[in-house]
Amino acid sequence: MTVHRDDLGDKMGMWLFIFTELLLFGMLFVVYAVYRSMHPEAFKLGGDELDVVMGTINTIILLISSMTVAMSISAMQKGNKKLALTLLTITLIIAVVFLVNKYFEWGAKFEYGFNPGAPELLELGHGTILFFGLYFIMTGIHALHILIGIALFIYVVWQIRKDKIHQTDYVWLENTGLYWHLVDLIWIFLFPLFYLIH
Amino acid sequence: MSEANNAHNVSYLEYKGQYKGLLAWIFSTDHKRIGLLYLYTMLFFFSVAAILGLLMKTQLIAPGYTIMGPQTYNSLFTLHGIIMIFVIVVPGLPAVFGNFFLPIMIGAKDVAFPKLNLLSWWFYIIGILIVLTSQFMGDGPPDTGWTFYAPYSFRTPTNVLPAVFGAFVMGFSSILTGINFVVTIHRMRAPGMTWFKMPLFPWTLYGTAWIQILATPVIGITLLLIVAERLMGIGIFDPALGGDPILYQHLFWIYSHPAVYIMILPAMGAISEIIPVFSRKTIFGYKAIVLSTLAIAFVGYFVWGHHMFTSGMSGRALYTFSFLTFLVAIPSAIKVFNWVSTMHKGSLQMQTPFYWAVSFIFVFMIGGLSGLVLGSLATNVHVHDTHFVVAHFHFIVFGGTGYAFMAALHYWFPKMFGRMYDMNWANLGWGIFFIGFNTLYLPMFYLGIMGMPRRYYDYLPDFHGGNIVSSLGAWVMVSGIVIIFANLIRSARHGEKTTEKNPWGGKTLEWQVDTPPTLENFEEIPTIEKGPYEFED
Ligand code: HEM
Ligand SMILES: [Cu+2]
Repeated sequence: MTVHRDDLGDKMGMWLFIFTELLLFGMLFVVYAVYRSMHPEAFKLGGDELDVVMGTINTIILLISSMTVAMSISAMQKGNKKLALTLLTITLIIAVVFLVNKYFEWGAKFEYGFNPGAPELLELGHGTILFFGLYFIMTGIHALHILIGIALFIYVVWQIRKDKIHQTDYVWLENTGLYWHLVDLIWIFLFPLFYLIH
Repeated sequence: MSEANNAHNVSYLEYKGQYKGLLAWIFSTDHKRIGLLYLYTMLFFFSVAAILGLLMKTQLIAPGYTIMGPQTYNSLFTLHGIIMIFVIVVPGLPAVFGNFFLPIMIGAKDVAFPKLNLLSWWFYIIGILIVLTSQFMGDGPPDTGWTFYAPYSFRTPTNVLPAVFGAFVMGFSSILTGINFVVTIHRMRAPGMTWFKMPLFPWTLYGTAWIQILATPVIGITLLLIVAERLMGIGIFDPALGGDPILYQHLFWIYSHPAVYIMILPAMGAISEIIPVFSRKTIFGYKAIVLSTLAIAFVGYFVWGHHMFTSGMSGRALYTFSFLTFLVAIPSAIKVFNWVSTMHKGSLQMQTPFYWAVSFIFVFMIGGLSGLVLGSLATNVHVHDTHFVVAHFHFIVFGGTGYAFMAALHYWFPKMFGRMYDMNWANLGWGIFFIGFNTLYLPMFYLGIMGMPRRYYDYLPDFHGGNIVSSLGAWVMVSGIVIIFANLIRSARHGEKTTEKNPWGGKTLEWQVDTPPTLENFEEIPTIEKGPYEFED
């Protein structure tokens, strides 16, 4: 069977998938907006409990990782396999670091009993319960996306090493990059909504 | 590759790939085989859910305990609803006939992403299996109804979790199919097939695919939130923790109303293929059908509130949703006029697919007009959550999508299997089914107006008469289904062989390829010069 190749079609597919992801998070943002407007005070106080330094670090490194993945695509276009691999490895490491930070952040929240269902949280009133419910759900689903990104990067690195992805056929790398930008973009909205706005 | 096993001259049914036996099917990336995988899965689960329906109707033949108690009845309508909606009509025509015929009708060798297509089927099967585990685990089958309304869905001790999660997984299948079809239609049309030379079935698949992409994530996240609610008590929908159960209803219907267009648009597409062929006439108002398809897909996003008229909304929201609901009925009506005008002065061929198509128009109109009764605020309050609603959605979903599915199956059957079914048995089955269907569901309109609520195993003695008629109708209808299925299954295996390319005299591309099609459909990709329905020359 003749193999059908259509890079533009493949990228189009990825964009459509990105739409679905935006809608999925979009609905969560709607829920957030509804409850924030109902409990502005509690959401503000909830935000104060979050670790802005940790959040800022994660935002910065995630932005850097978006840059490294974009650079690795241009390296691939120029046929510089080694550079592309190095940049991807950096991206991968950043993704893992992001999760490690998240782990400590969440750990601290669990310690204080801010996790859903904790008896301490249940005493804090509806607004706070909802704030932390949303916080864990939204950052949790985002973290899941980071995990999927990690899996994709590992796959892409492996394929590049096998020369299955190369200078004239790198749509997998490009699509993974697109996906990673999406993950980054969503975080860019999550960060101010939870950590910063007053 | 040997001459005997060449992708150009061996039918897709006989082609020998890498695997043998069952594996040659469940690991095949051929769009035609995948279409049949969906078909078999659906026929099986449809039969299961139809038996559940029949059991419910048997329970309702007399007031009080007849063959089951309330808990059993509740779990039956839940499973019945979940299967019929998520397993049958949402994937529905796109998964079966879309997979099989979309590439052929636009002159392509396969869909854009064949592997993703297979993955879609696997998600579908895994989702079904997860749903089924809910029936056999410790705490008993779920009893929430397929709508999983909050807060009951996380208060009930029954196994709601696997049911919700299974539906979530099936959502992936739906999204992937949608993405695949949009890219296929954009990128793989044969040279010369401009947008307005594309047949109508692909057009409706296109509209549907967009809804699948843009609406399914909403139900995905909503179901995930129910999962989180049950597992961790995050409180989003739980009034005890500050959450709002009405918000759940909004999110649920923001998907589930567009989803009814996922169910009905491809059905309309199939009917638009069949009517011109059996009238020997060009479709009347091709562009009107295309534009009304897109209009439905678009306006369909803004009417979800009509499911919640009694749930608590501001007056302004009520009027707006009601008004928009009336608007969305217009494009559907336009299509009915188009079909009828196509038949007008045509030379009608009285054959099985045509019977199904015409009866589709009949039941679809009853369903659609009753929808307007439900869309008006005052009447809605009276019949909301009664059997009137049950009648309405069966007329639309079963009457619409179900009839169109059967029409499509009888229309494309010879092409798919290279065999012909017995037309007499097929017509007889159709007749019995049609009588049974109306006897079953028409009385429900009356019962609903009189005030009989839905989702109860029992009723007041006043409703007995209507229920007897309705329950008898169920048995008649199921006898029709048995005849139809027996005939089709027998014919698929032993029916008269045919290699006739164009048994009905259709003009679209699938009637120009071999019967059954070869693995790659076309030896050479055709160049398209004419529109799809030019019968007059
Ligand atoms: C043999 C065929 C069928 C029979 C006898 C049947 C009968 C019934 C009955 C008795 C109910 C419960 C009404 C109530 O008490 O609320 C019901 C509900 C329902 N049916 Fe069917 N039905 C059939 C086919 C279908 C088909 C083909 C579909 C969809 C394509 C469908 C979709 C539904 C849905 C969505 C519900 C609502 C479930 C719920 O309330 O959770 N049914 N049906
Ligand atoms: Cu609706």
